[in-house]
Amino acid sequence: MTASLTLVVLMAVLFGAGISIMLERSLTRVLIGFLLVGNAVNILIYLMSGTPGLAPILNEGVDPAEISDPLPQAFVLTAIVINLGITAFMLALIYRSWWLAQLGAKGDLIDDEEEDAQDAEEAAVLIRSSADDDRAIQEIIDASDEEPDEDLESEASARDAGERDLDDEEVRR
Amino acid sequence: MTAALVPLVVLLPLLGAASALILGRHRRAQMVVSTTVLAGVVVIAAMLLIAVDAGAPTVVAVGGWEAPFGIVLVVDRLSAMMLLISAIVLLVVLLYAVRQGVADRHRETPVSIFHPSYLILSAGVFDAFIAGDLFNLYVGFEILLSASYVLLTLGGTGERIRAGVTYIIVSLVSSLFFLSAIALVYGATGTVNMAQLSVRIAELPANVQLILHLLLLIAFGIKAAIFPLSFWLPDSYPTAPAPVTAVFAGLLTKVGVYAIIRTETLIFAENDLTVLLLVVGGLTMLIGILGALTQADIKRLLSFTLVSHIGYMIFGIGVGSQLGYAATIYYVVHHITVQTTLFLTTGLIERFGGATSINRLAGLLKASPLLAILFFIPALNLGGIPPFSGFLGKVGLFLAGADDADAADAAGMAWLVWAVIAAGAITSLITLYALTRFWNMAFWRGRRELEGYESVLLGSVQEAPEGATVTATRTTPVMMVAATTALVVVTLLLTAFAGPIFDFADRAAAGLIDPATYVSLVFPGGIR
Repeated sequence: MTASLTLVVLMAVLFGAGISIMLERSLTRVLIGFLLVGNAVNILIYLMSGTPGLAPILNEGVDPAEISDPLPQAFVLTAIVINLGITAFMLALIYRSWWLAQLGAKGDLIDDEEEDAQDAEEAAVLIRSSADDDRAIQEIIDASDEEPDEDLESEASARDAGERDLDDEEVRR
Repeated sequence: MTAALVPLVVLLPLLGAASALILGRHRRAQMVVSTTVLAGVVVIAAMLLIAVDAGAPTVVAVGGWEAPFGIVLVVDRLSAMMLLISAIVLLVVLLYAVRQGVADRHRETPVSIFHPSYLILSAGVFDAFIAGDLFNLYVGFEILLSASYVLLTLGGTGERIRAGVTYIIVSLVSSLFFLSAIALVYGATGTVNMAQLSVRIAELPANVQLILHLLLLIAFGIKAAIFPLSFWLPDSYPTAPAPVTAVFAGLLTKVGVYAIIRTETLIFAENDLTVLLLVVGGLTMLIGILGALTQADIKRLLSFTLVSHIGYMIFGIGVGSQLGYAATIYYVVHHITVQTTLFLTTGLIERFGGATSINRLAGLLKASPLLAILFFIPALNLGGIPPFSGFLGKVGLFLAGADDADAADAAGMAWLVWAVIAAGAITSLITLYALTRFWNMAFWRGRRELEGYESVLLGSVQEAPEGATVTATRTTPVMMVAATTALVVVTLLLTAFAGPIFDFADRAAAGLIDPATYVSLVFPGGIR
């Protein structure tokens, strides 16, 4: 049996790189490592088919000894399909785990009642903050009124008009 | 006629899974589909068992491609036995799960996914048992593993994702080992058909055989949770919902054990690693059970006893005589049922008592005498108290070991066999201690004694890292109790009918000892 040296080297590199990445803590890297090692194994299976030859279709006048071994190719195809499924699942899992990490220890398990209460609180905060804004704007305007600068005063009155529109919009929202 | 039934054990669950997925919105229809399918498989498995014992042909070449070229599905006595017991366990646990929170409108457990994944898991388990070639075995493993990933991370809570990640990555590594082993086996022999391999492997040089043998053993050892490769199990199993843990504990590790039995008897019958298996078996028993001693949480405790009792089966395989295999097969059957039962009972305890920790449970005997019985019988059974099946299985294993020790005297290995037998006896006692300690605290201790309770027995136990309490529901649904009771009855039947079952296991073992039996099943006309 003769095998392609290039493929052997490629397989070794994929194995080495894959295993070293798999040892990292980050899940995404573990997945990438798994993919690399998975492909390395696929190449290993392919290498086991021996000397490459003609397409494995037995037509008339084709010597069976000249065609390449179809069985490892079938193995590789199956393995690729399985890897694809697992990769999809792992990606979902990694996303889920990232999502949970974003939410902290509590996760996204919030009871409905609690959620409602939280929504109400958020709404209250929003209303309060817009009221705060109004007050702050008023203060700024008042402060600018005290300054005897003509330019600023006209500017402030112009801004005042604009601000009022904005306030209306915010309330509507 | 019977041969036509063989593919059905895989096809039915797969079709059932597809229809359960389509019926995702109709809970009741899903339930009917999955229960019918598994009940059907139980019937088919029973028919296959009878047929195979009567000597009817039960080999199917899928797609009409004959043995060395196509995929063959083979049911011999061992496969039939495993099929039947796993189908029964899967059916009972399904009934339990349907009634439990898995089927409730719990947010942690979306039911529409549960039924299809559960059926696919069953298909994978059955496929692994009837696979006649290594690659089909690999596919069977992958089917059951992918379904188990989904079941273990059901609902996707933080705790389950954390446990799931360990489990998934360990399983992926073991699958990569398995696949590489298949590639190398194919490269060395040009076949993956197990019957053909049993002839061709023997023609290889001894060192090549050893490498292939070890690669396969590592791959299966991770799945069966044998000692140095067992660290992942107690961390990942206990977080899943009770019925899922029960099925995993009962079946998934046993699929690994089954694969090891096939490897040792069929593929590498000539190349024996007796010493390695004996040592590893003994260590698995002892180290597993010592882990169980320090656990306060009953689920983790049971996970450790699970690891520990895998050691008995490895010991039986290591002994390698006909009696050894017969006892191993009997022990596998016993352990599948008893371990599943204990996890189901734990689910009931958790529901009823609101916790699984030995430090928080008390007074359950008065509160629910039935629950106490349902825990007590399998606990004694697992601990190996006569007259239960656990005792019978262990006696069988020790007798086989003692016979083997006499035979192995010449090789100077007798002391090793005796040492492992001693380890087995000690393990059995410690199992009993750990379980009766839980019994004393959770069932016998009065409810009022719970506050400020101190005991030397509780001195060394550690709480589980995520010792969550659940709300205790003082009602136990009839269906869940009935399912658990049914399994307890099965364990008692294993005791009552130990004679016929052991005889059957002995006939199965006779077929294992001589690989020619299996080969002639697959190649009636001899290998060309």
